[in-house]
Amino acid sequence: MNTIPNREAICRVLMERAENDKDIVVLCSDSRGSASMTSFAEHFPEQFVEVGIAEQNLVSISAGMAKCGKKPFAASPACFLSTRSYEQAKVDVAYSGTNVKLIGISGGISYGALGMSHHSAQDIAAMSAIPNMRVYLPSDRHLTRCLMEALLEDDKPAYIRVGRNPVEDIYEDDKVPFTMDQAVMLRDGKDVALIACGEMVKPALDAAGLLYRRGVEAAVLDMYCVKPIDEQAVIRAARCCKSLVTVEEHSPYGGLGASVSQIVGRSCPKRVLSLSLPDAPVVTGSSREVFDYYHLNAEGICRAALESLR
Amino acid sequence: MNYRALSYDLRKNTVDMIMAGKGGHIGGDMSVMDILITLYFRQMNISPQNCEDPDRDLLVMSKGHCVEALYSVLAAKGFFPIEKVIAEFSKFGSPFIGHPNNKLPGIEMNSGSLGHGLPVSIGMALACRMNGRKNRVYVVMGDGELAEGSVWEGVMAAGMYHLSNLCAVVDRNRLQISGITEEVMAQDDLEARFATFGWKVIRVSEGNDSDRLNEAFENAKMTEDRPVLVIADTLKGFGASIMENEISWHHHVPSREEYEQIMQDFAQRKERALHEYNS
Repeated sequence: MNTIPNREAICRVLMERAENDKDIVVLCSDSRGSASMTSFAEHFPEQFVEVGIAEQNLVSISAGMAKCGKKPFAASPACFLSTRSYEQAKVDVAYSGTNVKLIGISGGISYGALGMSHHSAQDIAAMSAIPNMRVYLPSDRHLTRCLMEALLEDDKPAYIRVGRNPVEDIYEDDKVPFTMDQAVMLRDGKDVALIACGEMVKPALDAAGLLYRRGVEAAVLDMYCVKPIDEQAVIRAARCCKSLVTVEEHSPYGGLGASVSQIVGRSCPKRVLSLSLPDAPVVTGSSREVFDYYHLNAEGICRAALESLR
Repeated sequence: MNYRALSYDLRKNTVDMIMAGKGGHIGGDMSVMDILITLYFRQMNISPQNCEDPDRDLLVMSKGHCVEALYSVLAAKGFFPIEKVIAEFSKFGSPFIGHPNNKLPGIEMNSGSLGHGLPVSIGMALACRMNGRKNRVYVVMGDGELAEGSVWEGVMAAGMYHLSNLCAVVDRNRLQISGITEEVMAQDDLEARFATFGWKVIRVSEGNDSDRLNEAFENAKMTEDRPVLVIADTLKGFGASIMENEISWHHHVPSREEYEQIMQDFAQRKERALHEYNS
């Protein structure tokens, strides 16, 4: 069982690159521990900026540094980064076109027991609605590494959301079939397409196994690129399958389900069932307990897929 | 150069822009004009020829609503023709919109929402220091803007990081859209507030006098261990008697009659400035 959370995978990539690229800087808002950036701060103190508990400052300072040639990675809990500093992300990063990568850590209901203040079930919708902002939710540590390496090669704004806990490996270390901004087809199938992002990819893949035992062939897409979404992959899935199920750790509004439904409705109308958190304060508990409560697990996805085919 | 005389030419361009565009923050434009002229013409290492040079001085116009004054100054520096600005300001599809945007040469960052400029300029100052550059970073804020919480996040950070390459300027005209700053959200005692956070504070009681402002910026450059705040005590609407210290001119398009009065005042004051300069 993997013990390395995606946030740790991010730190490892940055540390590898920071050695030879002094323009890489990491900024935290008293969040270096929860962002797994403590080792970065210790090894590269000259490339680390602490702004204290001040998320607005975190994002604006990052934007100013980017304007002067730095490559800032601003890491802070997704719940605060995507709301407290929303205007800074909109104006100083996206509108000004600065090369800032916003790392939303402990996203979704990672802080399940801490209550709605610490949940970020709105961040995909909020960040996606900003022109010039890209939104990524990598599934496992290996895909996270590929995504980070790709993001280090460009100079455009992006929001990356990762969870707090380690995610079971989906890919093998150096065998991720990764092409930037293209969904990964994890499994082919002709009956139902399961399209998931972030931590929901693994249960979607497990659900495909359960469906297979019931004689249902499910395709599984890792849609880590929520914006720009891989439209062609969605259309191909809609053409091949009888129905689609989207799965996300997010509000029912403005996330992956909404985007997939728009594309399918426009290009190849088929039934789409969207699984998400509810439009209500989320029940508190561990991530596992909360996912199980809302049927965001393999069994729940399997049931929804069967329902979509009825 | 006679900067006082120049200021009336640029004030005229600004008012012409606002007349043509049928809108603009005329009162603040007039109060901030001398700050911008002093920085762009007497202090900063910036020109259309070096505006991509990493060693150039940087300015963030945090009080972005006074972009009309900035357009006039940048045009006078040769970044774009003033005729083009006056013809296109606020017109459909024009790049000369009502707040700074960095698609235009000479403008570093987009602004408009208040309270962003100081933290952005802190990022610039930090990056320049990390890169071993000797350039300076300026940010121009309004006094009403200081009610934004993000400003104080920045004041804290700049003080803690001892950003001596950063100079913030507050256009202290004491008026904002709803009234007198001290009645809307009190800002006094500004010197004490910033000093508490580790800033050096320089007050320019004649904040519409370029020579006095220039002395303050020279003094600021000598400071080696702290960021500097220059408080410029200005007059909103400075330059024409009907606008001066009048809240209603925060955002106002002059009538034809008002325009004539304003132009007459500008001409008389420019004449006086030329006379004083020559004598």
